[in-house]
Amino acid sequence: MEEKTIAGRLHVDVSLLFGLVVLCGIGLVVLYSAGGQNLQIVLRQSIHMVIALVVMIAIAQVPPAQLERWSLWIYFAGLLLLVTVLVTGYTGKGAQRWLDLGLFRFQPSEFMKLALPMGLAWLLAGRTLPPATGRIFVSCFMIILPVVLIARQPDLGTALLVAIAGFFVLFVAGVSWRLMGAMTAIIMASAPVLWHFLHDYQRRRIVTFLNPELDPLGAGYHTIQSKIAIGSGGLYGKGWLNGTQSHLDFLPERSTDFIFAVFCEEFGLMGVLLLMAVYLFVIFRGLTIAVSVRQLYGKLLASGLILTFFACIFVNMGMVTGQLPVVGVPLPLISIGGTSLVTLMAAFGVLMSINTHRRMLSE
Amino acid sequence: MPIDFFFKDIVEESRLVRRRVICSTLLILLLMLLVIARLVHLQVIDHEHFITLSQNNRVKILPIPPIRGLIYSRDGVLLADNQPAFSLEIIPEQADNLDELIRRLSRIVSVQDEDIARFRRLLNEKRRFESVPLRFNLSEYEVARFAVDRHLFPGVEVIARPYRRYPLRADTSHVVGYVGRIDENDMERLDKSNYAGTIHVGKFGAERAYEKLLHGRVGHQQVEVNAQGRIIRVLERTPPEPGKNIHLTLDVSLQKVAVEALQDKRGAIIAIDPNNGEVLALVSSPGYDPNPFVNGIDAGTYRALLASSDTPLINRVLQGKYPPGSTIKPFLGVAALAYGVRGSDETIWCPGWYSLKGGEHRYRDWKKHGHGYMNLTHAIMESCDVYYYSLAHELGIKRIHEALSDFGFGRKTGIDISGELPGLVPSSEWKRKVYNQPWFPGETVIAGIGQGSILVTPIQLVTATASLANHGKVVSPHLAHEARNPITGEVTVLENNNFRRMALYEPAYWKIVTGAMVDVVHSDRGTARRSGLGTPYRIAGKTGTAQLFGIAQDEEYKAGDVPEELQDHALFIAYAPADTPKIAVAIIVENGGSGSKTAAPIARRLFDHYLLNNRTNAG
Repeated sequence: MEEKTIAGRLHVDVSLLFGLVVLCGIGLVVLYSAGGQNLQIVLRQSIHMVIALVVMIAIAQVPPAQLERWSLWIYFAGLLLLVTVLVTGYTGKGAQRWLDLGLFRFQPSEFMKLALPMGLAWLLAGRTLPPATGRIFVSCFMIILPVVLIARQPDLGTALLVAIAGFFVLFVAGVSWRLMGAMTAIIMASAPVLWHFLHDYQRRRIVTFLNPELDPLGAGYHTIQSKIAIGSGGLYGKGWLNGTQSHLDFLPERSTDFIFAVFCEEFGLMGVLLLMAVYLFVIFRGLTIAVSVRQLYGKLLASGLILTFFACIFVNMGMVTGQLPVVGVPLPLISIGGTSLVTLMAAFGVLMSINTHRRMLSE
Repeated sequence: MPIDFFFKDIVEESRLVRRRVICSTLLILLLMLLVIARLVHLQVIDHEHFITLSQNNRVKILPIPPIRGLIYSRDGVLLADNQPAFSLEIIPEQADNLDELIRRLSRIVSVQDEDIARFRRLLNEKRRFESVPLRFNLSEYEVARFAVDRHLFPGVEVIARPYRRYPLRADTSHVVGYVGRIDENDMERLDKSNYAGTIHVGKFGAERAYEKLLHGRVGHQQVEVNAQGRIIRVLERTPPEPGKNIHLTLDVSLQKVAVEALQDKRGAIIAIDPNNGEVLALVSSPGYDPNPFVNGIDAGTYRALLASSDTPLINRVLQGKYPPGSTIKPFLGVAALAYGVRGSDETIWCPGWYSLKGGEHRYRDWKKHGHGYMNLTHAIMESCDVYYYSLAHELGIKRIHEALSDFGFGRKTGIDISGELPGLVPSSEWKRKVYNQPWFPGETVIAGIGQGSILVTPIQLVTATASLANHGKVVSPHLAHEARNPITGEVTVLENNNFRRMALYEPAYWKIVTGAMVDVVHSDRGTARRSGLGTPYRIAGKTGTAQLFGIAQDEEYKAGDVPEELQDHALFIAYAPADTPKIAVAIIVENGGSGSKTAAPIARRLFDHYLLNNRTNAG
């Protein structure tokens, strides 16, 4: 029997943990600048980070077999929370997204990013792969239900990401290319119908995404200001705490969804490449885990979670750089926000559990 | 063990997943390259373009707060003023070491620990390039000392801002109230855009009641700022609309007489014009100096004000609930006549005590051996308790409640400054609801002399007194006279001259009761006869002495035996001149002893001052 390190005992994957801690550190540094050098904001975020790390390590202790047994219930719990938030939720910025739990407020839609892949992985790993038509049909139903509930809040960005998360699990499970293509085509074709159900502000965002200069002081303002911030950063950036765009109040939402623009302005292209390298390191470590584990459930869940993580990064960066519409998706581990942080870390806890318990079984 | 009826080829499935994961990896790399390409485009190729845009991106819109309207009295005395005061402010961005800086500054101007604590608090709320005040109200000496050494303190400025001053300090504190820094509670009820840039908001008194008019409308300027956020030039300006000046009905010279009369005493004086409800004087003693509240009073002073047994922060005129004592008698007299319980000439024998049929308890008169035969006029004039014990018993609590409510007791008068309490006119329903007990006949008996659970506020007393003077017309007391636009001079009338007529009463009844009230002051058997000597006008009044301390059946009340805070309250209500009323007053001196000795002489001073062309009474 090999000698166990502390990390091994704690079921922690050292390289994954290293990447996550580096990202959190970068997040705090940028947040200090974006939040107007307010130490209280940074302190609150670091407390959230510590809580998130504790949650991650706690979840890593649960064997994957146990997680698999709980999966469906976790999925149903997520749905129940989404219904609750629609009925009784706390309204912030015109949308019902929050549940007030007394001590803290909680965003059930974020939790669904974890619960949906778990439910789907449980469903698909139970039988042969690639899944049969009936199972694909049930999977689609399991995806659409939470997506519609989240879109009703309305929170288009998270709805999109939850949909992507489900889509990725199906993709990895080996649904045929032809069927994937057909599904994409159906979604494209139904776009005009979906347009009808969108809120005014959501439609305006899509129109201004297509042409931001139409409304420079209204809906296009976010995109234009963020592009100026990024572009003026140049190759090496203006330096930490020196971003004029972000510090003179021109850049909106600079601690949350648009924090990437602050990063780009102050650290330049070189800084961004470094940040991307850390992100890619974490993603590839995650994918390696997905490929190397034996259990099908673990494979599907690990790859689904890590691809969702990537989707968040891509959608946020695309939105801030003006390549995608402004849909309100935070930059993982960097943007301020407790629920998103805890859910992300919980997902990495699941990854670590899948990875570390495997060794024990094989011995 | 049941056999799996489907076949799982684990190796094949793993390969499938692996293929898909590899596809995903390629997709990830592709999309990341797309983002990088976009960033290269923005940050390298178009960099110059965006640098120019960011340089030009400097137009900001700043609010210009309006100047707050002033508050004047009816005789033109300034009650609330804006005076420039100097504050010492620091721009954190330009200071290297704040602790060191503050230490060096404290050698030039006085900096207390509270100042530093407040500075730290404000520092967290503001941005690095916004100036944060360290000290308010610098003296001219301190400003001069700083000016000499200014070059040693980059990033520190002396800034002149208008601050609210209340020149009459405690004398008008309960009328004018004060403004204070806007806090979170205020933010909820205020229009945020209109208050952008405003620091203060009315918290109490007229400052709060007429906040909307006093504040005005915010203006805006479009400015060009440099990269540090400092204003370089103004591009466009929409001037603010200054707040309106408010003119109150208060007569400051009368107010000062009232303040002086209550000097070193606890009590309340309210004087109104019975014809229209204009408040002429409103004093709650002791008052407090509102000036320290403007920029945040220090905790020690505030705690002392709150803890003081003299409760200077309570506005006794609106919030003081007192047993009315014998001042209730004229009102019940009108009621007894109106309900036909007593004829005007009907007499009652007063032996010095009263008891209910079959009851043991003796309700005693203030005059030990009795008043003899009494009719209503005598009973008011000499304040005979026995007459009123039986009157109240015959009226019954239901009709007493009805009549007193019609005079406006037990509900708010609706005066235009906030904080008023409704007082209490008891009824058997009230007692059942609150105490779940039946009403006892004895309670009705003592209600006849204004004792028991009945509680009135001075503002209710004076409004009811005005109703006596008006023979049943109930006015709405108010402080606001008019608002004037300081630029155009345009006048908006604010007077609330509404009134209502009381329900039951016929003109003949008022004459009997008000005639008796004149006898209280001007007949040689009246309880307030000493205060009516030598007046060129006639006063109608009623004394009252409210007991706070229950004494046993066979004991006698002696002021010296009772601690001060349990001694009787002295009350007096009056109006003058009796035939053409111009002023009505209600006076309460807490623990002041008897109404005739303590409260009535104050009314005489007020009337002499107001009616005899501000000539003070020698006596």
